[in-house]
Amino acid sequence: MSERRFRAETLAIHAGQIPDAATGARALPIYQTTSFVFDSAEHAASLFNLQTFGNVYSRLSNPTVAALEERVAALEGGRAGVAGASGMAAEAMALTTMLQAGDHVVAAGALYGGSVTMLAVTLHKFGITTSFVDATAPDAFAAAMQPNTRAVFAESLGNPSLVVLDIAAVAAVAHDHGVPLIVDNTVPSPALCNPITLGADIVVHSATKYLAGHGTTLGGVVVESGSFPWDNGKFPGMTEPSPGYHGVRFFETFGDFAFTMRCRMEGLRVFGAALAPASAWQILQGVETLPLRMERHCSNALKVAEFLRTHPAVSWVNYPGLAEHPQHALLTRQMSGASGLLAFGVKGGPARGVSFIESAQFMSHLVNIGDTRTLISHPASTTHRQLDDAQQLAAGVKPDMVRISVGLEHIDDILWDIDQALSAATK
Amino acid sequence: MADDISTLRRILRSSRTIAVVGLSAEWHRPSYFAAKYMQAKGYRIVPVNPRYDEVLGERCYKTLEEIPFSVDIVDVFRKTADVAPIAASAVAIGATCLWQQLGVLNPEADALARSAGLDSVLDRCVKIEHARLFGGLHWAGVNTRVISARRPVQ
Repeated sequence: MSERRFRAETLAIHAGQIPDAATGARALPIYQTTSFVFDSAEHAASLFNLQTFGNVYSRLSNPTVAALEERVAALEGGRAGVAGASGMAAEAMALTTMLQAGDHVVAAGALYGGSVTMLAVTLHKFGITTSFVDATAPDAFAAAMQPNTRAVFAESLGNPSLVVLDIAAVAAVAHDHGVPLIVDNTVPSPALCNPITLGADIVVHSATKYLAGHGTTLGGVVVESGSFPWDNGKFPGMTEPSPGYHGVRFFETFGDFAFTMRCRMEGLRVFGAALAPASAWQILQGVETLPLRMERHCSNALKVAEFLRTHPAVSWVNYPGLAEHPQHALLTRQMSGASGLLAFGVKGGPARGVSFIESAQFMSHLVNIGDTRTLISHPASTTHRQLDDAQQLAAGVKPDMVRISVGLEHIDDILWDIDQALSAATK
Repeated sequence: MADDISTLRRILRSSRTIAVVGLSAEWHRPSYFAAKYMQAKGYRIVPVNPRYDEVLGERCYKTLEEIPFSVDIVDVFRKTADVAPIAASAVAIGATCLWQQLGVLNPEADALARSAGLDSVLDRCVKIEHARLFGGLHWAGVNTRVISARRPVQ
């Protein structure tokens, strides 16, 4: 009998959560507990030896958090997932579990500012170096590969550059060198893009954004495809006895979810950036409506982009959902929509852009994205402020760039607020 | 090969005795992990390995044919190339399922088992599938693909 392949709308509601075994509760219970009892000393030993599946301590695993992990893994078409306290926690967990001193990363230049800092400063401090390359050029990734390269890192849709990564081409470059491609899929969300189906090996998310969708809760998730050959000789930490977990050989023992287990037992256990069960529950309330919300975010953003491109006060618009965008064809090949994120410049330079932001009535000036509310910001003076001018340009941040995360208000009201703020800014 | 949820559930529900061919006595080996797990879930584990007399508190047999009682599942932790004769032995002793472990996928053995009326599972871990279908694996964040409005029942 062939098995039903459920669609994203169904997985967003059901994956990872069946009625509670103990109580029959249909909705997901919040297991608000630090710890879980052992049935016996033997049971405890089996759990610590990872010979049985179960919960010990909520820093390692928690049934409410697990529902989120499985749901995002299912939406991404991955084998397994592990959550962290934020998107940055998830990204740090993936990178520090995979890499060690002496290793090298090839990363897209157009990245979220915090990711640039993690690679260029924080990991560098521990002897891991990164080459940043043009995210639109798969050849640039190939040219930057070194014998000690152990990962390629990029965003499927750059924030706020909106650069579209050619996932299949960059995955091929990574695989030619025997290393995994890690894709930050936060901006499109799994409703619009599944990097694993295009060849990515690891996907990371800030679940704070579209996955949660309501701007109330921080969280992050790492998903693994289950198909990377960790035994290719380049990842002894996956194949040799783990000094971090009493000699377990992760790949031999857990096979296609070995990386997730290693993130859990070495990363979460040691660094402790675990997601709170109440936060996982809050995020899951949002995930249930993810595909529905993304349709509206995309259609609203396209209307905003079309409005701005003919507006007399606007100098440029960057939205890959527009047909004239140079990467529009690549976007439509890989994604079912261009997300709610777009960027534009106000004629007259950065001061006019700041004035636009300050003239908005209900569009909120803050640095999150993926909220129900329309959000606006000036990246050069906020999210990317820690980068110097050259790094800002490499990250796709122009001095006059205004970023909009188009929300779910009525499109006529959004266009009205943009128009009146532009008028006020250019008076 | 059997790979859908209802068939795997039927195999695991209707079986009580699992002969584990190639079971190691070393605690950190995958075969030991799997057999210990299934033993804790109430299955009788029958070790088959010429290197040992006893594993997991059960007498260890040199061959499947030596086992003096009936066996439901023959669970194979051997190289793919070595599985065909084990499949023939599984048929000969009247087992109901030939289960080739993760990374073990011998099509000849699969065909032999199926033509004799046995269920045949390839490239799957008996422990992981049990935990996937009857609870446990979801706690590790693994995509179980179980979509259901019923409580998990073994």
